[in-house]
Amino acid sequence: MPHSATAFADVTASDSTLRRFLHGLPGVDAVGLEARAASLGTRSIKTTAKAYAIDLAISMIDLTTLEGADTPGKVRALAGKALNPDPTDRATPRTAAVCVYPDMVAAAKAVLAGSDVKVASVATAFPAGRAALDVKLADTRDAVAAGADEIDMVIDRGAFLAGDYLKVYEEIRAVKEASGAARLKVIFETGELSTYDNIRRASWLGMIAGADFIKTSTGKVGVNATPANTLLMLEAVRDFRAQTGVQVGVKPAGGIRTTKDAVKFLVLVNETAGEDWLDNHWFRFGASSLLNDLLMQRQKLATGRYSGPDYVTVD
Amino acid sequence: MSESSRLSVLKTYKLYVGGKFPRSESGRVYEVADAKGTWLANVPLSSRKDARDAVVAARKAFGGWSGATAYNRGQVLYRVAEMLEGRKGQFAREVARAEGLSKSEAALVVEAAVDRWVWYAGWTDKIAQVVGGANPVAGPYFNLSTPEPTGVVAVLAPQESSFLGLVSVIAPVIATGNTAVVVASERAPLPALSLGEVLATSDLPGGVVNVLSGKAAELGAPLAAHQDVNAIDLTGADAALARELEIAAADNLKRVLRPAEAPDFAADPGLARLTAFLETKTVWHPTGSLGASGSAY
Amino acid sequence: MASAFEYAPAPESRSVVDIAPSYGLFIDGEFTEAAGGKVFKTVSPSTEEVLSEVAQAGAEDVDRAVAAARRAFEKWSALPGAERAKYLFRIARIVQERSRELAVLETLDNGKPIRETRDADLPLVAAHFFYYAGWADKLDHAGYGRDPRPLGVAGQVIPWNFPLLMLAWKIAPALAAGNTVVLKPAETTPLSALFFADVCRQAGLPRGVVNILPGYGDAGAALVAHEGVDKVAFTGSTAVGKAIARQVAGTRKKVTLELGGKGANIVFDDAPLDQAVEGIVTGIFFNQGQVCCAGSRLLVQESVQDELLDALKRRLSTLRLGDPLDKNTDIGAINSAEQLARISALADTGEAEGAERWSPACELPSAGYWFAPTLFTGVTQAHTIARDEIFGPVLSVLTFRTPDEAVAKANNSQYGLSAGIWTEKGSRILAVASKLRAGVVWANTFNKFDPTSPFGGYKESGFGREGGRHGLEAYLDV
Repeated sequence: MPHSATAFADVTASDSTLRRFLHGLPGVDAVGLEARAASLGTRSIKTTAKAYAIDLAISMIDLTTLEGADTPGKVRALAGKALNPDPTDRATPRTAAVCVYPDMVAAAKAVLAGSDVKVASVATAFPAGRAALDVKLADTRDAVAAGADEIDMVIDRGAFLAGDYLKVYEEIRAVKEASGAARLKVIFETGELSTYDNIRRASWLGMIAGADFIKTSTGKVGVNATPANTLLMLEAVRDFRAQTGVQVGVKPAGGIRTTKDAVKFLVLVNETAGEDWLDNHWFRFGASSLLNDLLMQRQKLATGRYSGPDYVTVD
Repeated sequence: MSESSRLSVLKTYKLYVGGKFPRSESGRVYEVADAKGTWLANVPLSSRKDARDAVVAARKAFGGWSGATAYNRGQVLYRVAEMLEGRKGQFAREVARAEGLSKSEAALVVEAAVDRWVWYAGWTDKIAQVVGGANPVAGPYFNLSTPEPTGVVAVLAPQESSFLGLVSVIAPVIATGNTAVVVASERAPLPALSLGEVLATSDLPGGVVNVLSGKAAELGAPLAAHQDVNAIDLTGADAALARELEIAAADNLKRVLRPAEAPDFAADPGLARLTAFLETKTVWHPTGSLGASGSAY
Repeated sequence: MASAFEYAPAPESRSVVDIAPSYGLFIDGEFTEAAGGKVFKTVSPSTEEVLSEVAQAGAEDVDRAVAAARRAFEKWSALPGAERAKYLFRIARIVQERSRELAVLETLDNGKPIRETRDADLPLVAAHFFYYAGWADKLDHAGYGRDPRPLGVAGQVIPWNFPLLMLAWKIAPALAAGNTVVLKPAETTPLSALFFADVCRQAGLPRGVVNILPGYGDAGAALVAHEGVDKVAFTGSTAVGKAIARQVAGTRKKVTLELGGKGANIVFDDAPLDQAVEGIVTGIFFNQGQVCCAGSRLLVQESVQDELLDALKRRLSTLRLGDPLDKNTDIGAINSAEQLARISALADTGEAEGAERWSPACELPSAGYWFAPTLFTGVTQAHTIARDEIFGPVLSVLTFRTPDEAVAKANNSQYGLSAGIWTEKGSRILAVASKLRAGVVWANTFNKFDPTSPFGGYKESGFGREGGRHGLEAYLDV
């Protein structure tokens, strides 16, 4: 059991103790949070800093395809891209992982086995999470059995919004156990939690339950990762480590499409959680089209010319 | 029985400070005569220490009075008008003697003074809506400006208009929640000292209005320099004294209402005397943003 | 892999601004030498580089400028409001067009970060002119009676902390109401006002309506004392404010004073802590703390003191001090050697009186005037640094136990300009806000400004309000 689970035994003893704890977290002022995120967004990252940030961002991408139309061929192409993002420059970092549905894990693994690119799989009846617990656990075990290194689970937002925090907690615990050695990312679907106070509570709930990563969104709803909700989650992992010594990663997902956006998120990481999180073990981008924009910007830095879409690969 | 056969009972005029009627701590009095020079009364010749005590009383009353609801203050001011209405005869006699007016002229002045209380009674719960309000700032903030009383106001009451002028300078000060230390007309202080008796029976908390009689110059100096006085109305000061007091008032940056050249207390008072002793407080608070922008508040 | 994310230098280009080697006074629509022929140098506080040599106004120049403003007044005040409005709209637009140039100029002359001049000063300058432009033809509806009249010639003396913004706060309402203006910028920051003269030229503003007199305190005093001045507006120190109040005693001059402050920023135990930390930082480190409404006293509830201070110190460690033109700089230079000496002396007093001093590890540039962000803990009401305005990046931390105590301590000051309240409890915000004796109360935010929002102090922080409908009153004969 992770250290955190025992440290918070009192908190998770009952529905009411858990509720008291989560509702006792400091409130979040939305305008102040968004203003801070926007202010960090005005950092000007140029030249060497930009080169560093671009490579770091590439290395942090969970290159994702989560479509009903996914096929082994599509997944193999994506995995190939993860291994070799820019055929014109072999020095380009690989992405952190490829993220697929459980039934596509094997196809991804076939390409990536033996590399340092991980296979992440969504699970637990992604994206809605509306299934019985044993179905969610079976989903998880399937993915792990197929070779997933990481599991991206969704929380039961319905239970969370209904105030059944202990149910959410226990489900995360169960999935964590089913994940075995795979690292567990817990998706809150922040767009559905709607308030920043809820996002802070969900963050602590997830971390107490043993999440290795807390993740904003599925990418399947209207509002996905934003600078503000990611900043808030970065504050949570920072404070959680200060309190427990346990470091938890953060993964914004959905809606991050440009280098400019990605660099802003890295500034958030740098100035909120700190440089300990500036590593793909602790920070990820859930994204797909972002990679090509990073690659074009990377080519621009190398050559001085603006690149074009024909000079990066379509996957 | 003829009126003249009965020896009338004279009133000992006293100060009104902290809701009580003290004599001057100095023990001094001076003679007050009517417009023709006939002796009317010996009144307290207040000292610096009386001024000091009056400021203490006014400061003590400030929290309660400024914290009272505007509706409550309006009720109290209206009560003053009611009390005064019943004592019109007395005040008409005092004003007639003080200002050398005929009985009917004096009666009109007193009625105007009663009406002035009614005017300001109605203002207590409206001034905030007229001079305050929401400010449409360019951002996600609720922003509201409200007028607040400045604190303790020293008032040099007009020298000539001993009653209508007096009421016209006191009522706007206290309508908005300030408390007042009033220096009555030096030559004609009797209506002011009698007003104290009316205020004492009008539900006005003690200390909200304090009335001193004496010399404007002698009392004005310590009041203008007093560090716990927030504002000064120089209406009753002549040009030289007004300048001297304005200079002294700068020591703690009192709000200063300079004397007007020829004040017409019968005219529509407007808002100037109300706003002269108001501060504007502006409070900001984030509103948060709703809905489609994706912001979660 | 976890190498530090070092931000490469990202300097804003200096080439957008062309500073002439010398500037004259701006009187009656023309640049002119000072009558006495005196000049002074204006330097960049971050490098001590001389930026330009500027004519130094004296009493004779004040005479000339006031006379020019008086001549211009008759026509300007007689213009239909709609015409005056259009001049002000033009000025607002030209400021917007030239905002990058003016931001860089302001950063050079003042030492504050480009981030602030670009994102705060200049947008607010333009907004202020826009706002008051719209009042010029609506004065009948402003609540001051029908046809309120302008006062005449306004003598305006402004400080160095927000040179162009304070100019806007002074000039925009004055012109909207139909007054003409003689304005003296501070001796350490004359340039943006002189560039503003050029904005007036581009806008076609009639000559004499705005006159700019760079100079020292003697020129300001002469302006305030001038018989031809009908209105005095001053932003600056309380000591000078009092001198002005004495100076104008017995005259008919209307006066507004925006003076010092020692704002209390009150953090309750149920505050949104992360945002409170940001508010504290904004409150005291915005513009290097050289802000009259700075939240220079942090009043923190004793029960959350440790948690809050830990978070605050961690946050201060991320502040970036250095080249003000670098777009990533958070803390720029102190405006002058004189101001730096004042801040240093007060900080030393804080230490000498037993408060505990802390600053983040922070390398200061070798040239220029710099002071590291500093906080003092263990401060009580009796400490000098809890009472005197420091006007620098120095925060005094005090504690309280109950809301009543917080209010009592917050109000225990000769000043009454600003205050902050941090709590998630709405009723507490309203209760505390109503008891604070301060002209601006920021609840769960700090240092927010808007042209529609009246600004000004209680007590020795001055009198009168700038901004909003209230700000018109200062320039009307009402």
